[in-house]
Amino acid sequence: MNDMTPPQKTLPKDWETDQEVRWCPGCGDYAILKAVQRTLPEIGARPEKTVFVSGIGCSSRFPYYVESFGFHTIHGRAPAVATGVKLANPDLDVWIITGDGDALSIGGNHTMHVLRRNLDCQILLFNNEIYGLTKGQYSPTSREGTRSPSTPYGSVDHPAKPAAFALGAGARFVARGYDVAKQLPDVLKAAYAHKGAAFVEIFQNCIVYNKDVFAGFTEKQHAADGQLWLENGKPMLFGDMKKGGTRGIALDRDKLCLKVVDVVDGDWQAAGVIVHDVTNRSVAHMLVEMPFGPFPMALGILYDDPKPSFEQAVIAQNEQAASGKTPDLQKLLSSGQTWTVGASGPQL
Amino acid sequence: MASVAQIANPAETSVQPAPESVVVRFAGDSGDGMQLTGGQFTLSTALSGNDLATFPDFPAEIRAPQGTLFGVSAFQINFGSSDISTAGDAPDVLIAMNPAALKTNVKDLKPGGLIIADTGEFNDRNLAKAKYDVSPLEDGSLSAWRVLAFDISQLTRDSVKEFGLGNKEALRCKNMWTLGLALWMFDRDRQPIIDWLRVKFAKAPELADANIAALNAGHAYGETAEIGGHGLAQVHVAPAPQPEGLYRTITGADAIAYGLVAGAQLAELPMFYGGYPITPASAVLHALSKLKEYGVTTFQAEDEIAAIASSIGASYAGSLGVTCSSGPGIALKGEALGLAIMTELPLVVVNIQRGGPSTGLPTKTEQSDLYQAVYGRNGDAPLPVIAACSPADAFDCAIEACRIATQYMTPVILLSDGYIANAAEPWQVPDVKSLAPFPVRFLEEAQEGGLMPYARDNKLARPWIKPGTPGLMHRIGGIEKSAGTGHIDYSPANHQAMTELRRNKVLGIAESIPDQQVSQGQTGGKLAVVGWGSTFGPIHQAVRRARAKGQDVSHIHIRHIWPLPKNLGDLLKSYDKVLVPEMNTGQLKTLLRDQYLVDARPLNKVSGQPFRIAEIEAAIEEQLG
Repeated sequence: MNDMTPPQKTLPKDWETDQEVRWCPGCGDYAILKAVQRTLPEIGARPEKTVFVSGIGCSSRFPYYVESFGFHTIHGRAPAVATGVKLANPDLDVWIITGDGDALSIGGNHTMHVLRRNLDCQILLFNNEIYGLTKGQYSPTSREGTRSPSTPYGSVDHPAKPAAFALGAGARFVARGYDVAKQLPDVLKAAYAHKGAAFVEIFQNCIVYNKDVFAGFTEKQHAADGQLWLENGKPMLFGDMKKGGTRGIALDRDKLCLKVVDVVDGDWQAAGVIVHDVTNRSVAHMLVEMPFGPFPMALGILYDDPKPSFEQAVIAQNEQAASGKTPDLQKLLSSGQTWTVGASGPQL
Repeated sequence: MASVAQIANPAETSVQPAPESVVVRFAGDSGDGMQLTGGQFTLSTALSGNDLATFPDFPAEIRAPQGTLFGVSAFQINFGSSDISTAGDAPDVLIAMNPAALKTNVKDLKPGGLIIADTGEFNDRNLAKAKYDVSPLEDGSLSAWRVLAFDISQLTRDSVKEFGLGNKEALRCKNMWTLGLALWMFDRDRQPIIDWLRVKFAKAPELADANIAALNAGHAYGETAEIGGHGLAQVHVAPAPQPEGLYRTITGADAIAYGLVAGAQLAELPMFYGGYPITPASAVLHALSKLKEYGVTTFQAEDEIAAIASSIGASYAGSLGVTCSSGPGIALKGEALGLAIMTELPLVVVNIQRGGPSTGLPTKTEQSDLYQAVYGRNGDAPLPVIAACSPADAFDCAIEACRIATQYMTPVILLSDGYIANAAEPWQVPDVKSLAPFPVRFLEEAQEGGLMPYARDNKLARPWIKPGTPGLMHRIGGIEKSAGTGHIDYSPANHQAMTELRRNKVLGIAESIPDQQVSQGQTGGKLAVVGWGSTFGPIHQAVRRARAKGQDVSHIHIRHIWPLPKNLGDLLKSYDKVLVPEMNTGQLKTLLRDQYLVDARPLNKVSGQPFRIAEIEAAIEEQLG
């Protein structure tokens, strides 16, 4: 085909399909879709080399709305399908779109293994803490006491923490954002740049079944004290950022845990605020466990420390095992101990 | 309903085997190396020109406690100078390495058959473990048989003394001593075994020497014992006439692995194999894992679902996706099979059936997953099903599965079973050049008027479109899709049309499969015995014997379970009676009744053991009587 023509730079609208988007009006998924469609041209992605793989749930309708290759699979299994896609053709950019129920309940096993294997892909987990498509049952990330059709007296089980789960499973890239955050494209870009499994938890507002459940940090009036945007090499500051940040995260050296400290006159060093190092796995563990309320919500790139990816290791081993060997089917079939039957009977 | 329990009676054991064949069973503790002994005896038998069939029967436990009844491992071989297609009904010779092996196997031995027992193992402890109060070698309870009991353990120790092995290591050579004796009994060449031992113990030459010494000692014992008049006689079984060519022995598991490799090559595709460990299917994963140079990628997934899901993903990306499991694993793959049907992607799913339901009998054979294969999914979810009837046939069936999957854009289930997977038989190595290629053509450019991922060719197959192809971006998924565009479409008329289309596509495969042949006998007559899968051997032999007695009976063996061959209905109706022996409670029988309204009668056995020839022979007798 026209291989010689240099690829045209794409525009966000090139990534839109002719399909009518079927999410509820006002759903946070619209904003995430826009952020992805804005990001893809910026990272130089090619529609024919891009595959979106999803499971089941509201979020998993996503591939129908992106002008690329798309595979809407079955509940929880997107990481497994994506593994086959990437192993069969490592040149493809593979994005996994999933939700809290899809990735952490029915598909928890696959999420764990795609992360520990470190398949080169981007995993966008839309966390709205509810089952939307099945009309509002509580999910594995719902907070204790969530009232829903299946828990009329409130849920009693402890919620899973997606970012902590990912890190615990061995993820080498863990990030967080939320649907309408203006920083979301930057987070997605970093995820794409990371070679290996990049896990992004995106807080998503289900306006029908779990409205405003993240308003405590996403609403404008709570943003300053509720959001800690992490940047590599920068101190972990929040609060009034126009004043350079009035609060920060420091290490409580006696208790070996994080604490919130006040920063006076921008002197964060005096307050002992930690400088974010995306390769520090110990701090990443503390950040993903930081309870919202006493602490702000840690957002941005929490952890980014690449290791060789799974598909590259598989390819390298396949090549090594095959090197110097000629694929001769006739020889294969004739392997083992053979004998020849001739006119005078069998012979070795 | 005739059942084996009613048919089987002591009289069956008096059925004389064809005088030109011998059945030998090696039985011992699972640590005694009986499978290895059987495998090597098989090779030497093949080399002597006999036709043969084997049946390995081993416990589910990896290291069952020594000397126990449930820890007994056995290997049976039937060999002869004419057409052999089962491992034989009742052994002529039982080699029992301990009391437990004797106890669990002696009841199968033909009256007057020969027992060879190692007295060194018939001590109080082992007798107690086998629940014998008195040694059966001494209480006359074995009087129906000829018994040759001698201290194989001590004879082995003596034979390897010069190599300075410890007692335990020395006794490990017992199986080779026994093999040596067996080789003498049936006048076999020792050299191939000696060569094999040299290779196997290349890194420990002293063990090779010890094993060879034990082998030679066992052989020499035979000679001496014959001279000494101990009732041991050499038996010479004449070679069976075989077509000229290159031969090897092959197990069903290896045949499937090779057939899949060949199928992928004939389709000109790389192969992706997603698997999860399960007995008895793991052998296929093991075999393929070593074949990277054939463009095979193997992936040990986190579970059965991921194994099939990754294979579907690989097929979507342009490889030939393959997964293999056994009944419980296939059950877990059910939903993903529906996805492959809905997205119309090629996929080969191999089911090495075992006794069920649930965990069932993991190491025992059964063919009770026919309903699961043909019907076992939600929705109207048709897919082609084919069944291998022997280890060698599994090679051809695997190729056929690859052909149908890629030509019709559909998942295909290939049914095998534990018996076929583990059993070995001589196989004339096919000439690769004689295999018909079926190269895949991916869609490279949109059709006239715009891209239609669900357009149809004359076989009703949709185009295969690889991600990475410029300009052909499109979305697929498990939701019902519009005929042609593949867009989401829930409309009533579309679902009706798509459901019918999927059904007709699969039914249309019947156009590309051969007419059903009668494997023995003729079209029309009093009785057709209709089988599928690994019952081929016993049905074949039973029909052969019945026909030799002048009975009007024919054998039909079905490879294509779904869709069935086009002529099968008329063929079945040309017989007065139809008998369907199956290792289940009547699954093919039901399918045939449903499809053709024929009065198919069942003959069922679900004991975890293959049919005996005599069981089917008796059922034929009953039908014709």
